[in-house]
Amino acid sequence: METKFRESINKALHNPNLTGALGRFSEAYRISRQKAYEGYDFEALRTQIAERKSYAASHLDELADRFTKNAEARGTKVFRTKDPAKVREYILNLARENGVKSIVKSKSMASEEIHLNRHLETGGIGVSETDLGEWIVQLAGQTPSHMVMPAIHMTKEEVATVFNEQVEEGQKPDIPKLVKFARAKMRTKFLDAEMGITGANIAVAETGTLVIVTNEGNARLVTTLPKIHVAIVGLEKLMEKFEDVVPVLTALPKSATAQLLTSYVSMISGPVPNTDGTPKQLHIILMDNRRTEMSQDPKFKQAMQCIRCASCLNVCPVFRLVGGHVFGKVYTGGIGTILTAWFDALKASDDIQSLCIQCGNCTEVCPGKIDIPGLILELRRRLAVENGQPLAQKAIFSVVNNRRLFHSMLRAASVMQKPLQRDGFIRHLPFFLSEMTEFRSLPAIAEAPFRDTFKKIQQPAGDGKEKIAFYAGCLIDFAYPEMGESLVKILNKAGIEVVFPEGQTCCGAPARYSGAYEVAAQNANDNINALLADDVTYVVSACPTCTVALKHEFISTFESLGHTGSLPRARELADKVIDFSSLVKKLVDEGRLKFKEGQQLGKITYHDSCHLKRTLKVSQQPRELLTQAGYEVAEMYEADMCCGMGGSYSLKLPEISAPILERKLTNIKNSGALLAVMDCPGCVMQIRGGLDKQNSTIKVAHTVQRLADELE
Amino acid sequence: MDAVFETFKLRAETVSAEVHHFPHKNEALDFILHYLHDVGVSDAPQGYAVWAQCPFLDGLDQKQLSTTLPGLTFDVNREVSALARVGISQLDWAIANTGTLVQDGAAVDQRLVSTLPLIHIALIRSDRLVPDLPSALTKIRPEQTNYISFITGPSRTADIERVLTIGVHGPEKLIIVFFDEPGSVN
Repeated sequence: METKFRESINKALHNPNLTGALGRFSEAYRISRQKAYEGYDFEALRTQIAERKSYAASHLDELADRFTKNAEARGTKVFRTKDPAKVREYILNLARENGVKSIVKSKSMASEEIHLNRHLETGGIGVSETDLGEWIVQLAGQTPSHMVMPAIHMTKEEVATVFNEQVEEGQKPDIPKLVKFARAKMRTKFLDAEMGITGANIAVAETGTLVIVTNEGNARLVTTLPKIHVAIVGLEKLMEKFEDVVPVLTALPKSATAQLLTSYVSMISGPVPNTDGTPKQLHIILMDNRRTEMSQDPKFKQAMQCIRCASCLNVCPVFRLVGGHVFGKVYTGGIGTILTAWFDALKASDDIQSLCIQCGNCTEVCPGKIDIPGLILELRRRLAVENGQPLAQKAIFSVVNNRRLFHSMLRAASVMQKPLQRDGFIRHLPFFLSEMTEFRSLPAIAEAPFRDTFKKIQQPAGDGKEKIAFYAGCLIDFAYPEMGESLVKILNKAGIEVVFPEGQTCCGAPARYSGAYEVAAQNANDNINALLADDVTYVVSACPTCTVALKHEFISTFESLGHTGSLPRARELADKVIDFSSLVKKLVDEGRLKFKEGQQLGKITYHDSCHLKRTLKVSQQPRELLTQAGYEVAEMYEADMCCGMGGSYSLKLPEISAPILERKLTNIKNSGALLAVMDCPGCVMQIRGGLDKQNSTIKVAHTVQRLADELE
Repeated sequence: MDAVFETFKLRAETVSAEVHHFPHKNEALDFILHYLHDVGVSDAPQGYAVWAQCPFLDGLDQKQLSTTLPGLTFDVNREVSALARVGISQLDWAIANTGTLVQDGAAVDQRLVSTLPLIHIALIRSDRLVPDLPSALTKIRPEQTNYISFITGPSRTADIERVLTIGVHGPEKLIIVFFDEPGSVN
């Protein structure tokens, strides 16, 4: 990771205006977005958008031809090019041929992508952004920090200062007055400009129509007052039919700004008369800049389904801390990372891809149904292939994969830190490891791993009993063997014998999330062999990340690497894998497990772990079980927001992990419960460690531990 | 008026538009003339009212209206629109569930009077109200006109500190006036 990148993160984290504004926005957005979609079937809507956009991505060439033919038939000039330089050249030449001295622009990310303003200004032509946020950012000499709200990182005081320094002195930090000032200043620019430049939100092939969405009304003026209108349209904006605008126009304003519809939508299908009666010159530039290549990539084709609403930024626990500028480029946030890798260069995403904590919040709201975290992992994989795997990382994985060696090393380190241990926590680590314990205490490593204590558990005998295999994962095996013991106890009560296949190893998530897919594939093969060896009805795991690995990621790792021969056994295993709460819920529903009657165990709060809630879609089962056991569940605010653990994320980017955890701890405390329960040992480690560091008396437990003693 | 109109009114008012309904055209005209008078329309820069040609004006004596109300003009151009306080135009369709007006904006005067002045008065026939976007798109299609505008409330921004502020580049007020066309089915 580059020092410069780290510095930009720290600068953002220490800007209270930025984190305050983004934090408040993300909280308000969640509610207002939900309200905007009231009465709509979001799943059906986004399925339709994804289908129509995906169709367009598969027929890009054909649609671009149809669009060109239909637009040209009405008198529009269409210029199609792969090369951003040609776009800049076309516009500069057009401006020179027509004696254009000043240009007004409404918002166009495509023009930002090719740094058009700089080029035109160098060519001696004045360019004014007219979207208020874009204008502020332009005056300040910055880049937009958010696709929809370009100046969200600035306060009214900062805006007033920019106006005072760049436009006219005497502006006060009063928002309505600042807006009025902008209106007045901009009005002359609109009236004087000889050329207007816009982007477009949709380009309809069957009619040659551009659809442009704004709130301020600037696009209406840009397309009405100057005699020349140039629209720069990325090929991903193409859609086949006019009817296709309906789902996009239904979702875009709701997802972007929680509006039912923006103030203005313009549909332009050909030149219209100018104010002096002459016909307008309408030029549409269909810009490729690697979009065709993207649409032909089996993995990244789905990124063409993006409608640029930026909702992935608005729900991202990392974006709301660091904002857009740390991304260093035009496009920001989750989707921005992917677009940068393509429209700029794969290398340009090297640092920024590491910002993704893989919580999956964005996948729930994306109206284009894009698996953004999945695509970021794919970037990571390709970067690892390109850059090669760092030596240190290689060494770590070879240790991690050797279970006994890994445990004894961890244990040795833990014992060495004995003087630093208290109540089962490591609170400080020396030297370079200190960051790991700066904001949360780490669990002490258990004396014996679960794989050894398991052998000492006396399970009720009985031949022909149902057998279930237990997959422990690193944390339960090495740090929290008591969770495994509770699980065995519960399943035994249902008359099930638990087996622990010795050959099981790391689930491969750490390797996979680092882009080391070959290592992950080796882990997958070892685990498949171990877990399919016994004749069991289920393979259960009490770690959602491991469950996701076993159930979904072995398959996708093999697919990514083209190891098709390994797929049938991976699928056989996937069919047997189940998470702890879902299994117990099933056993309770079948009457094989019964809770003790009439218990009143007090108030708890439940934290949803990312992989459990969003990949495995499990959130009600643990709540119902805990309620049936006799607990009263007091919901915390943002219960399903990431705790900041993210596996090795908290080690790579502790400066981001810490404030995410802090929000979680505050929400837990505000729930009023004295016990926080969750289904993931990783979350337990993060949250328990954070509370310990704050000397809080609130206890943290895995659901498995809270249920073990409450069953008949 | 029916439930569809009530939905329109609610949605449009939620986005800061004003909504009126008059059964007779002459009541609508009266309302507009009074309104123009009340907001201080005058025969001076920043005081003009520009009214784009539209079916509502059929049978009305435009010359006489201009004499009665100095500053009101039906001769729309770029210069006078840029100096106008009020713009008046007739819209083609209204969409209930978003509170939206739909305009065939191919003729530039239709756009000038609805973009440049501070206040836009939008006339709309009551029988031109449809329930939603898909139904509006069956009525007005790009094959028929090169410029279709959808207008939902006045111009707005939240670009500074996310504080909603009405009236950036377009009108800061949108007054929607429904009128019943004699003989039409409502």
